[in-house]
Amino acid sequence: MPSRPKSSRVDTAFHATLVLAGLGVATVLAGVAWEVLSLSGEALSKGGIGFLTGTTWDPVTEEFGALPALYGTLLTSAVALVIAVPLGIGSAVFLSEIATSRVATVVGVLVDLLAAIPSVIYGLWGLFVLAPLLREHVQPAVQAVFGDFPLFAGTPLGVGYGTAGLLLAIMVIPVITSVSREVLRAVPETQREAATALGATRFEVIRGTVLPYARRGLVGAVVLGLGRALGETMAVTMVIGNRYDISASLFAPGYTLAAVIANEFSEAFSPHYLSALAGLAVVLLGTTLILNAGARLLVRGVATGGARKNGDRHRFSRKSVSVPISVPSSDPGKEAPDGRP
Amino acid sequence: MQMTMKGAGFLGIAMAVVGLALPGMATAQNVTGAGATFQFPLQSKWSSEYGKANPGVRVNYQSIGSGGGIRQITARTVQFGATDGPMTDAQLAEAKDPILHVPVTLGAVAVAVNLPEVTSALNLTGPVVADIFLGKITKWNDPAIAATNKGLVLPDRAITVAHRSDGSGTTFIFVDYLAKVSPEWKDKVGVATSVNWPAGLGAKGNEGVAGTVKQTPGSIGYVELTYALQNGIPTARMQNPTGEFVAPSVDAVTKAAAAASANLPEDLRVSITNAPGAGAYPIAGFSWVLVYRDQSDCTVASALLKYLWWGVHAGQAFATPLHYAPLPAGVVSRCEAKLKSVTCNGAPVL
Repeated sequence: MPSRPKSSRVDTAFHATLVLAGLGVATVLAGVAWEVLSLSGEALSKGGIGFLTGTTWDPVTEEFGALPALYGTLLTSAVALVIAVPLGIGSAVFLSEIATSRVATVVGVLVDLLAAIPSVIYGLWGLFVLAPLLREHVQPAVQAVFGDFPLFAGTPLGVGYGTAGLLLAIMVIPVITSVSREVLRAVPETQREAATALGATRFEVIRGTVLPYARRGLVGAVVLGLGRALGETMAVTMVIGNRYDISASLFAPGYTLAAVIANEFSEAFSPHYLSALAGLAVVLLGTTLILNAGARLLVRGVATGGARKNGDRHRFSRKSVSVPISVPSSDPGKEAPDGRP
Repeated sequence: MQMTMKGAGFLGIAMAVVGLALPGMATAQNVTGAGATFQFPLQSKWSSEYGKANPGVRVNYQSIGSGGGIRQITARTVQFGATDGPMTDAQLAEAKDPILHVPVTLGAVAVAVNLPEVTSALNLTGPVVADIFLGKITKWNDPAIAATNKGLVLPDRAITVAHRSDGSGTTFIFVDYLAKVSPEWKDKVGVATSVNWPAGLGAKGNEGVAGTVKQTPGSIGYVELTYALQNGIPTARMQNPTGEFVAPSVDAVTKAAAAASANLPEDLRVSITNAPGAGAYPIAGFSWVLVYRDQSDCTVASALLKYLWWGVHAGQAFATPLHYAPLPAGVVSRCEAKLKSVTCNGAPVL
């Protein structure tokens, strides 16, 4: 179409570029998945389900099972999220709702700086500062309180699942904080004003209006953090103890999928060994996909389930406003006598 | 007419440029090798020293690990591979064409100990170290350790074992030694660049193991001799087959190789751990380069073989300053025979 106006041709070119970029991302993902799957074919077909449930990793006899590494990946990520979600979202709420704008700017820049530190730096810090601190002071104290409780059993080594989880939490917090802060900033001011006008306290405004309105984005922030925790390699391998074992104790050394691959890939001498390492990559890829999909379903469930209660599928803003009203009434002991005629 | 003159002049200049460039390009011969990280400091020193004496040759060594070196030479993507553990028969079979093992230097492994209560070096035997790494000896005051350390007061402290988490030629030499001195190790764990460790913590690289040992009172680990010497890490004296307790040193390693060189097998794929001989340090091994016996590109083959010939002769002088043990004379002569056996299209290269 030679007679098309120039702006239209630019539009077409722009459109084509964007489509190419989009397809490029999909192609790279498909390529990675294909390569890893084909490389791992031997180990997966030889091991079958046993590859997933096996607990031995023996390069000498070529017996490979992924369970201890999968367990370590899930446990360290869970520990990280348990610590990082309240702290990360809490600090984001502080930055967007409570802090003065000057404080918010300064702290915000610091948080972004934390997110930009390379993971090997975190790992070195974990190995030389965090691990000795935990071994000398924290772990003995915890054991003195809890005695033989299995979660904290074993010799205090300083390294292990708990240390790795704690370090991951420190690495994940800035990610969660910085994304959550942006999400909270996007909550319309009218929502807050409406809740305040209905007599909600600041806590009630945040709990009843701001957080529910932002929950989709907040779950997104947590998923991003989880992604970083699952795939983190260098920092984790430096503090987890690299022991191919399953233990209930957070003080015990363990291993993660990404750490095994990083440690052993360069010296993997036989095709079957290489294939088993690629098999671990498949397990990691699968875990990430399942957890991501799960998180998405969870968000959808939270959004529609919450809205349905109010008989409105599409606008959960109505429900958001309704919560502050229900909060005072649910706590009649203090507020009801004063607040009601 | 003018146009033609211009054209001829341009052509002349172009030909002159090509004429000048071609001889220069022809002499700049690239030789590429890849493999063991252990050899990397030595290979890069060799590459720069050899390059000074032979400006036409550029040797490029990529330290991607022994496993990677074996894979690359098998795939023929490099002219020479390098490894700390010899190729297995299965690996050699996979490469189809015959591959030669040429020792270029010696590696050794020091046993690092962190025992705050004991200031002098511990005397350890092979079976005791094997039992510690098997998780059978768990306290420093175990009678088996006390037996070879009379006069030292050993504390009632738990032993923390530290080993490499990444695959490594250092691990290969260490577990090869343990398998020789302990039948149980041989049966239960075996020998490879990474194994299924029965006890302890894994740490990445020599620096990781050294860091773990340094930080953890009561720990024991193993690091490359070079690394231990350069960083002044307290090490144990190991008992050799003649009964002596020998501290790890460059000298003691060369002695071990000299003791073993009397009966080297034809293909030079040999473990020299637990070598007998006065003053020989028992945890040592060769580090090899791998080359195809039958080369196809004679220019490359000639550059490669001259470089390796220089390495096992003049190159050995650079070993000691870098804390590598130089090859003993008996081994150098075997290397010479190996290098001379390389052919290109049927004719000897050297």
